Amino acid sequence: MGFELLLKGNNLGRLFGGLAVALKISLLSVCISLILGTVLGSLMNDRHPLIKGVLRGYLEIVRLMPQLVLLFLAYFGTTRVLGINISAETASVFVFSFWGTAEMSDLVRGALSGIPAAQYESSMALGLNDVQTLVFVILPQIIRRMLPLSINLITRMIKTTSLIMMIGIVEVLKVGQQIIEANRKIDPNAAFGIYFTVFVLYFAVCWPISKLSKYLEKKWEA
Amino acid sequence: MDFGVLSFYFPKYAEAFLLTVRIGWLGILLSIVIGIVSAFAIYFRVPVLSRLIGAYVEIFRNTPLLVQLFFLYFGIPKLGLNISAETCGIVGLGLLGGSYMSEAFRSSLGAIPNSQKESAEALGLTSVQTFFRVILPEAWVLSVPAVVANVIFLLKETSVFSAISLMDLMFTAKDLIGLYYDTTEALFMLVVFYIIMLVPVSIAGSILERRARYKMFGE
Repeated sequence: MGFELLLKGNNLGRLFGGLAVALKISLLSVCISLILGTVLGSLMNDRHPLIKGVLRGYLEIVRLMPQLVLLFLAYFGTTRVLGINISAETASVFVFSFWGTAEMSDLVRGALSGIPAAQYESSMALGLNDVQTLVFVILPQIIRRMLPLSINLITRMIKTTSLIMMIGIVEVLKVGQQIIEANRKIDPNAAFGIYFTVFVLYFAVCWPISKLSKYLEKKWEA
Repeated sequence: MDFGVLSFYFPKYAEAFLLTVRIGWLGILLSIVIGIVSAFAIYFRVPVLSRLIGAYVEIFRNTPLLVQLFFLYFGIPKLGLNISAETCGIVGLGLLGGSYMSEAFRSSLGAIPNSQKESAEALGLTSVQTFFRVILPEAWVLSVPAVVANVIFLLKETSVFSAISLMDLMFTAKDLIGLYYDTTEALFMLVVFYIIMLVPVSIAGSILERRARYKMFGE
């Protein structure tokens, strides 16, 4: 059924290696998205109509296009149209950050809109400038509301990273495929066990993170 | 951009578009059915079933659709159960979506304040009447934004179907790039068809949400 193949040679180690490739790309994108998303989200309530319009348009485009389409555009499109050749890893980090930043900025915007105007006015009366107000007064207040949602976004980004296989990166699903192909003669039914293992691996990574998000949400709501 | 190439590509994309839309909406329909049944089972605390459904929701919410499809399409047939790629796509999308929909329905059922139930009881409604005439209509309206978001999310997820060799939009784009090498045109058509697929749904969704809001707060 394929489970015994896991113990043969270094197969299990290779699967973990594949998972590490996927996690590395998703964690890198998560870090970029959290930082850029916070900055953009703070700008989204800006009074300037141009800034607001551009950010709104960016969010809508990213929301509408499937991530796989964005990946194809970044990986195949740039090469052809712009003549630059980027590696599949760079393309996927770029796309997932591009997408994650939009999602994160919307979370920040939503949390910010719940802050009463008196907070801003009081900070101004105390002589704080815009950046100081944001960093010392506003952000500490929204972190409790933001954190569970951001953690949720992290699991979504990890799950979406499985798409990188479609632009040729050897991650856990692809490694699984290779193991199955290599052992087709010995174990024709390996697909069941190997893909089941991949399924369990993804669950083992995402489940604790979403549990944490739920736990924080419950704890801070009260 | 070569317009001759675009018009040559158009019928191929149109065909793929119809397939994607068909599988996508059948999967969404299935996911709504699964979601309603699961939410009811959890709401009424049906003994064993509600525990099983809880586990199902956790499992499918925490794994990517691509991995689920690979397991369904390549793994399950090894147990002797053969399913076509199309069925597999519908079932996969339905199972993934069902877990999201069940969360949406369950949380809106849970959000109905107890006073509603008590008022209905005071008015002399039986528990069946209370559920169908008071709780359900209110919960349905509350769940609209989450359901709309899930529908758009599921339609976007259909893009991974190409991995189990369904001839959807992604598959067609990849295929045409490989055959004719007109990458720019192929990608352009891909984006255009996804816009045709998603923009109307997104607009209809926001109209529906606005109407649901009116229902909640009165017109």
